[in-house]
Amino acid sequence: MTIFNYFRTLRPQKTAAVAKERLQIIVAHERRLRNSPTLEYLPQLQQEILEVVRKYVIIQNEHIKVHIEKEGQYEILELNITLPDTEKGQINIQKSSSDVT
Amino acid sequence: MGKIIVVTSGKGGVGKTTTSAAFATGLALRGHQTVVIDFDVGLRNLDLVMGCERRVVYDFVNVINGEGNLNQALIKDKRVENLFILPASQTRDKEALTVKGVARVLEALKKRFEYIICDSPAGIEHGAIIAMYFSDEALIVTNPEVSSVRDSDRIIGMLSSKTRRAVQNLTPVKEHLLITRYIQKRVNSGEMLSIQDVQEILAIPLLGVIPESPSVLKASNAGIPITLDKKSDAGLAYLDIVASFLGEEPPPREKKGFLTRFFGN
Repeated sequence: MTIFNYFRTLRPQKTAAVAKERLQIIVAHERRLRNSPTLEYLPQLQQEILEVVRKYVIIQNEHIKVHIEKEGQYEILELNITLPDTEKGQINIQKSSSDVT
Repeated sequence: MGKIIVVTSGKGGVGKTTTSAAFATGLALRGHQTVVIDFDVGLRNLDLVMGCERRVVYDFVNVINGEGNLNQALIKDKRVENLFILPASQTRDKEALTVKGVARVLEALKKRFEYIICDSPAGIEHGAIIAMYFSDEALIVTNPEVSSVRDSDRIIGMLSSKTRRAVQNLTPVKEHLLITRYIQKRVNSGEMLSIQDVQEILAIPLLGVIPESPSVLKASNAGIPITLDKKSDAGLAYLDIVASFLGEEPPPREKKGFLTRFFGN
């Protein structure tokens, strides 16, 4: 490492390079949202999970929330099922969530 | 049958109308029957850039509504043979452009012209969608600047989902990237996105690059399409773009030498 390299690192990054990097990130993000096949099967997935849960407890459509988030290379499928206040004898779980990667 | 080409961008002020006028004029100069249509209903400006604003009697919306026929609305350019302009309406809103109505007008134009250039309004709403809907090819006008590049990507997404070709599962709209207002000097000093940067981000084939040039404003001031200015670097760049669009190798442009740069040519 020479003294010149030291000064080079002090110099701010060229703005065009910053622009390119920012654009690559935002454009890739927006394209994923646009072409995500996940968004297409989501409603059906929600319906089928609802049917399975209904075998055990009585819940309404609005008691199940499916949410997909993207972080880096993988997607997080977040599932929130709100179980109704139960009669005695039943397990009282307010929320259960599971992560699928 | 004519080919429909939309000039689009998403963002406003990047040079859609300048490009529409210059590209249409360039095609006509090469002997092709060409019409250029202003889809910017309510904010028409193509007539001004083409210098025929005082000759507008009937417009696009009049033709759609049957208030005038196509021959009454088409304005023949006085300078270039084979070039016609179909102006937009200034008093209506964009909803006046119905899919059925536009389809009927374009069908009639396709029988008569080889190239139909559609100058899209800015934005991603109805006006922009109807302008691209029937297109066979698209010129995506982009400035080397963050907001323009992002909006262009948005428009590329719409070309592949909202057009007739996408909806009917036909061959997709052929896309061409056109970078305008390019300043090589600022690219060299790292202040401006380069051609390669923009191309890498948008990932569509590059048709050409138009340098930033004072002659563009002078031409629009006078109502002369920039392709008619033989001394303009931007005009020459548009002629090159027309040539490569027609599938030819563009002629090598000699870089201005030291002396010509000083004394002109």
